[in-house]
Amino acid sequence: MSTSGGRRRFLWRGVAVFGSVFVAGCERLSRTTWFPPILASAETLNMRVQRLLTSRPSMAREYTEADLSPHFRSNGTAMPEDFGYLSQSQKGFAGWALHVGGLVESPLRLSLADLRAMPSRTQITRHDCVEGWSAIGKWTGVPLREVLARARPRANARYVVFRCADPMEDGDDTNYYESIDMDDAYHPQTILAYDLNGSPLPVPNGAPLRLRVERQLGYKMAKYLMAIELVESFDSIRGGKGGYWEDKGYEWYAGI
Amino acid sequence: MALPANDAPHTAVYKRHSLAVRVMHWINVIAVVVLVMSGLQIFNAHPALYWGKSSYTGAGPILALDPFPGWITLPDTQWLAMGRRWHLFFAWVLVLNGAAYVLYSIVSRHLSRDLWPSREDVRSIGSSIADHLRLRHPTGKAALRYNVLQKLAYVVIVFGVFPFLVLMGLGLSPSVDSIVPGWVDVFGGRQSVRTLHFIAGAIIVAFAAVHLFEVVVTGLVNNIRSMITGRYRIPGEKSP
Repeated sequence: MSTSGGRRRFLWRGVAVFGSVFVAGCERLSRTTWFPPILASAETLNMRVQRLLTSRPSMAREYTEADLSPHFRSNGTAMPEDFGYLSQSQKGFAGWALHVGGLVESPLRLSLADLRAMPSRTQITRHDCVEGWSAIGKWTGVPLREVLARARPRANARYVVFRCADPMEDGDDTNYYESIDMDDAYHPQTILAYDLNGSPLPVPNGAPLRLRVERQLGYKMAKYLMAIELVESFDSIRGGKGGYWEDKGYEWYAGI
Repeated sequence: MALPANDAPHTAVYKRHSLAVRVMHWINVIAVVVLVMSGLQIFNAHPALYWGKSSYTGAGPILALDPFPGWITLPDTQWLAMGRRWHLFFAWVLVLNGAAYVLYSIVSRHLSRDLWPSREDVRSIGSSIADHLRLRHPTGKAALRYNVLQKLAYVVIVFGVFPFLVLMGLGLSPSVDSIVPGWVDVFGGRQSVRTLHFIAGAIIVAFAAVHLFEVVVTGLVNNIRSMITGRYRIPGEKSP
């Protein structure tokens, strides 16, 4: 009996030691350079499988007016701390223009009036934040593919990079940026939205123009758009991961 | 079936769990621990639960909690990006391991032989409940087989709770939602799905707690040995 009691105590101690080593090991692994990329391989798997299941025309659910959130939550930047942006915002973005460049045949400069004159799409969709909450809003804007049709991307253009007006940190060149690939860029629900719930986009939600990519999480949907750049790779763009949060360890493919 | 006992003369040693079941059990243990801890990390990014299509419907959350403490989350500080990395990787481990287990259970007849309650099992539910409450457990050769409550718990967890948990997890993905637009609304909407994912996780944790309790009260050493080496000892019985 005493041997069995001793063995039991040994086993309990073993379980406790194993548990704390396991947890400490997980913490240690999170901070190594080699392990997180192994975990990140799941992102590629998720993207491959989800892209296989959601062929290009698969559409995000669209809701009705009855489902609208009374107040559409603003997250991240609510007011860009940038002198140029603030002065444009005071002038109702009259002098603002979206620049489209990079790997395109014809670079564009589109004012708000130009964008509003282009074909538009209105969609009531659900915004899912990576934090876990959702809000439903009615967005009106220009399908990105209409803009791309005018700019005519070159054959080697693989990604669309969005440059924003909101600095995220102190110092130069910390403005928010994001990117999507051509699959999402040409999706019918991918729009450059200038209206929210029938009114011009408020500043906390990204005035004067924000991106909507309805089959991905909220951080992909860059606010305060200033420029669009078509690129072949992210190598020369800041952290090289294709987005502000991506450079901080979030997935580039935010479909889950 | 019986292996020769090599130490105690009056102890018979039986093979209780197959190698496949043992390996898949421990993979599952690791996956569940990582998924629960990283899941709480993700939950802490917005520690409130809602019912409906969105979080902002005019009605408040159905449950707003304080964030879970660091010792129970992975990583142990607020680090959503790393929590998601762990969670989304081990979700695949759980699903592939679980699918392998289900396939194995059907093909090897582990399901029909050991897991699916027989008619006699169903008739003995009442007495089995009474036995469990009095912590009276099967001894001798009866301990080699799952009892009826054990069978029911395993079948419900493996074929009910885990698939539901995974489905609710997939329902959180805006991309998976778009495969059949609106399918998450069958469960009340995306925020309901998030709440159900959390509840299913809580059921798994509750199951694990009861499971561990039963492992302890029915012979910790013997049980753990049988899940590692496969060998289970029945004292007071001569080796056949």
